[in-house]
Amino acid sequence: MSIDYSEKIPNNVDLAGDRKLQRALESWQPNFINWWKTMGPAVPTEDVYLRTAVDVGKEGWAQFGHVAMEEYRWGVFLAERGDDRRIAFGEQKGEPAWQQVPGEYRADLQRLIVIQGDTEPASVEQQRRLGETAPSLYDLRNLFQVNVEEGRHLWAMVYLLHAFFGRNGREEAEALLHRNSGDLDSPRILGAFNEETPDWLSFFMFTYFTDRDGKYQLGTLKESAFDPLSRTCEFMLKEEAHHMFVGTTGIDRVVTRTCELMREHDTDEIAPHGGIPLEVIQKYVNFHYSVSLDLFGSEQSTNAANYFTAGLKGRWQEERRRDDHRLTEDSGTIDLVRDGKVTQDEVPALLALNSDLRNEYVKDCQSGLKRWNRILEKLGFDARLYLPHVGFNRHVGLFSDHHVTPAGDLIGEDTWKAKEDSWLPSEADKVHVQSLMRPVYEPGKIAGWIAPPTNGINGKPFEYEYVHLA
Amino acid sequence: MTEETGTIDAAGTEHEETPAVSFDADPATYRHWTLDTSGAAETGVAYLRLDIDEAGGIVPGYELKMNSYDLGVDIELYDATQRLRFSHPEVRTVVVTSGKDKNFCAGANIRMLAQSSHPWKVNFCKFTNETRNGMEDATANSGQTYIAAVNGTAAGGGYELALACEQILLIDDNSSAVSLPEVPLLGVLPGTGGLTRVIDKRRVRKDRADVFATTSEGMRGKRAVEWRLVDEVVPKRAWDETVASRAASAAAASSRPADGTGIELPPLQREETADGITYQHVKATFDRDRGLVEITVLGPEGGVPESLERVHELGAAFWPLAMTRELDDLILRLRANELELGTWLIRTRGDVEDALAMERVIERHSRDDWLVNEVRHYFKRVLKRLDVTSRSLIALIEPGSCFAGALLELALACDRQYMLDGTLADDAADDPSGPGQGDEAQIMLSASNFGTFPMSNGLSRLGSRFFGDDDHVAKLRQETDRRVEAREALEMGLVTDAPDDIDWEDEIRIMLEERASLSPDALTGMEANHRFVGPETMESRIFSRLTAWQNWIFVRPNASGPDGALRRYGTGRKADFDRRRV
Ligand SMILES: [Fe+2]
Ligand SMILES: [Fe+2]
Repeated sequence: MSIDYSEKIPNNVDLAGDRKLQRALESWQPNFINWWKTMGPAVPTEDVYLRTAVDVGKEGWAQFGHVAMEEYRWGVFLAERGDDRRIAFGEQKGEPAWQQVPGEYRADLQRLIVIQGDTEPASVEQQRRLGETAPSLYDLRNLFQVNVEEGRHLWAMVYLLHAFFGRNGREEAEALLHRNSGDLDSPRILGAFNEETPDWLSFFMFTYFTDRDGKYQLGTLKESAFDPLSRTCEFMLKEEAHHMFVGTTGIDRVVTRTCELMREHDTDEIAPHGGIPLEVIQKYVNFHYSVSLDLFGSEQSTNAANYFTAGLKGRWQEERRRDDHRLTEDSGTIDLVRDGKVTQDEVPALLALNSDLRNEYVKDCQSGLKRWNRILEKLGFDARLYLPHVGFNRHVGLFSDHHVTPAGDLIGEDTWKAKEDSWLPSEADKVHVQSLMRPVYEPGKIAGWIAPPTNGINGKPFEYEYVHLA
Repeated sequence: MTEETGTIDAAGTEHEETPAVSFDADPATYRHWTLDTSGAAETGVAYLRLDIDEAGGIVPGYELKMNSYDLGVDIELYDATQRLRFSHPEVRTVVVTSGKDKNFCAGANIRMLAQSSHPWKVNFCKFTNETRNGMEDATANSGQTYIAAVNGTAAGGGYELALACEQILLIDDNSSAVSLPEVPLLGVLPGTGGLTRVIDKRRVRKDRADVFATTSEGMRGKRAVEWRLVDEVVPKRAWDETVASRAASAAAASSRPADGTGIELPPLQREETADGITYQHVKATFDRDRGLVEITVLGPEGGVPESLERVHELGAAFWPLAMTRELDDLILRLRANELELGTWLIRTRGDVEDALAMERVIERHSRDDWLVNEVRHYFKRVLKRLDVTSRSLIALIEPGSCFAGALLELALACDRQYMLDGTLADDAADDPSGPGQGDEAQIMLSASNFGTFPMSNGLSRLGSRFFGDDDHVAKLRQETDRRVEAREALEMGLVTDAPDDIDWEDEIRIMLEERASLSPDALTGMEANHRFVGPETMESRIFSRLTAWQNWIFVRPNASGPDGALRRYGTGRKADFDRRRV
């Protein structure tokens, strides 16, 4: 079905045929726009060269053009599928997927959607002031692209809440706009989304590591027996890929520039020369990776088991797995600390589902490290970036009561305190990175701490005027 | 007692198939009772004689020896108590006595209890309790005093039957005694009000009650009187005369009219299918997939006559009475026969004004007309049945409904009330002839919501709903006799939620599915707790305390396990108790 742009809200869910839902969503839209104006990007712009989702098909699902951001058409899109989808896992495996919310799972499904929905606007809020220090118009545009799409992801979750969860759902949709990142009275639900994104290195790390967590959470919800949720998440994953691309290539370009500066000045100590030392990049990796691991929840989780059994949340690529998809008899391993050692334990597979998902995530994270290390290698450096141990700097789960080094050794409180600044960004590191954050708004120009991209957007050159500032 | 292991298998599990129970009865075909009103026109006294047919159990597997009863016996008793109120205004005293020599009544049949499933036992006890409460209600509100003429041994439920009467006369033959042997012999409680009435109604001291309830042979003679277990012991030779004289004094004090003409209670017209039961004014549709039943009470068509002559002329066809009888029968049938329909959706359909005519008749005449008074108290008792029904009760207040005054009590008896704010687009298309279609749903308070139909805790349903907030109740009193739409009803606290047309369908569906996924036992317990707020009365204590404990004891191995007292009774073997106090 093609998108009907005559509607206030672009969609492929036949809003026009559902007057009830349309009215409900239209009443939410002004509140959303209001939120966008007060909590969205702080830098005033005329227009931005943005991608807008216009369809769900493989070809041409998006179009590009300069648009005023508050006129961005945040729409509602669900991936298209046949009507005969069956539940792929859990107790009700093989039964038809649900097109309505079963009352029995209303509370759980609503909770899952609210938690996912809460992260979407949260990142917009976290990144609100970043535009003021963008290293180039190209990067500024990418930031805004990520922002509007997170806004659309919020729309997607709100659609589900409005369409399927009645008044309760509408109240939750309102609350999504009333909680704010870092707000003392009414913070975002997940801790990681209340940390500000103070600089562009953090932004790239966030889009690489934290958006990737989002990818994995969406991947499990894509398996859900609740078909509208499944289809919504599938389409969101498409956009999420671009956010991770921003992170991956952003870090590529930082590493590249760091190498250039090291070679130019023949020293690792490139801070005085306006660069970000490799050691600092590693500390940022350590921080963002470990905070993102916390988002997977505790290694051993009965909630995750219940969600799986009920069919609400599957595993990563559930349908490609070769087992019974019920897991009542299987076992899995989890990492933990026992008798003063970091070790593994065998537990029922159902209880280890968070671990299972996290392990998939860790594998995926490795690919970026390989990429950045290839840059180091190509440019003739021996130093390598790495992912710290999964137990490092954890505040959620079985490692949260212990201190583990990036190499995976268990250490005491004192040692941790003494070494913390050499593993995680220190105050001095943050101050230094912050000092580099000066806006460069001239087309074709770029800040000194980062290399320009190899390609522009949608075939346009780097020098293209991606953003017209107001 | 003989061994009848056929009904209990080796593992001790109970057979669950229970036959469908009908609550129909007619004095002409009673198997266990005789209702003798032959002298009543003259004396005002009726005799209700218990003479149980041993072979007349409602289900196979036991013999009703020694005037011991089962559900079938009690269905007849209930029928008799109802007819005494509606068909016999001339009866001012009801003497409950035995038609058997030496045995007044041995209580509930033990073998029946031992072989019955837990739900059956619970339902049986609830129904018998309601009937005994009804006897007390007749004494208190109809000028129809029950006197127990205990002309033989009254054990357990037999003595409890006597306790439900206003006076207890015990024959002094040196052998007949009253007793509550449940604890010492059966390891269960005298759960049909026995423990409660001994201390609450008869004011027996608690230490004496303790001795009495653990003495299996019971008490007789002077001590029974001294302990207030009975009012009088009467020598055999003076028995008939004394009973007649006590009955006559009670009759003389009655408020029943001298010249009333009773009305007939003809058999209910009922159409039963696998998917529901349809009466003239009440309709129930079963939805077995969703585990619920949709009950619709139809308002009076074209109003209720307000002249007393016409009310008497119509008799059982008078809508308030006809509707109440049907609703009563439906509740009893659903409770006994449809255990898995755990949620009852209650709707009404009809004209608000017409429904209010019921109020007006009751308000104007329940004090001066015996029949109108009976209708009022009957509807009150049926509402009380709802209050103690172990099902989730949900009122759906939609356009075209008539939850006004007395009928609003139906909604207030529910655990939740949902009222549609607005109209559903396809309402009119559904039923163009329906009353008030297109109009928004409305409810109406009337004077009768403020105490005409009290709950067992002595409060009105509004008083219970807003317990501790008399100001609000007083404020609501100012709002009677006007139509209240959904949003206002929500503000007034009269409904749980008022979803609009956009939400209605989904809200209700999800709420029902959510409810259906919860533990039925936890729901029963939760609902029973929420429904009864505030003060306790003897009646509420019977349900909230005695019954709850009894039902707990029923499922404990010490009672119903293979070595428990209930199962071992009559086998010659002693029960093997788990000695831990819980
Ligand atoms: Fe997102
Ligand atoms: Fe994202």
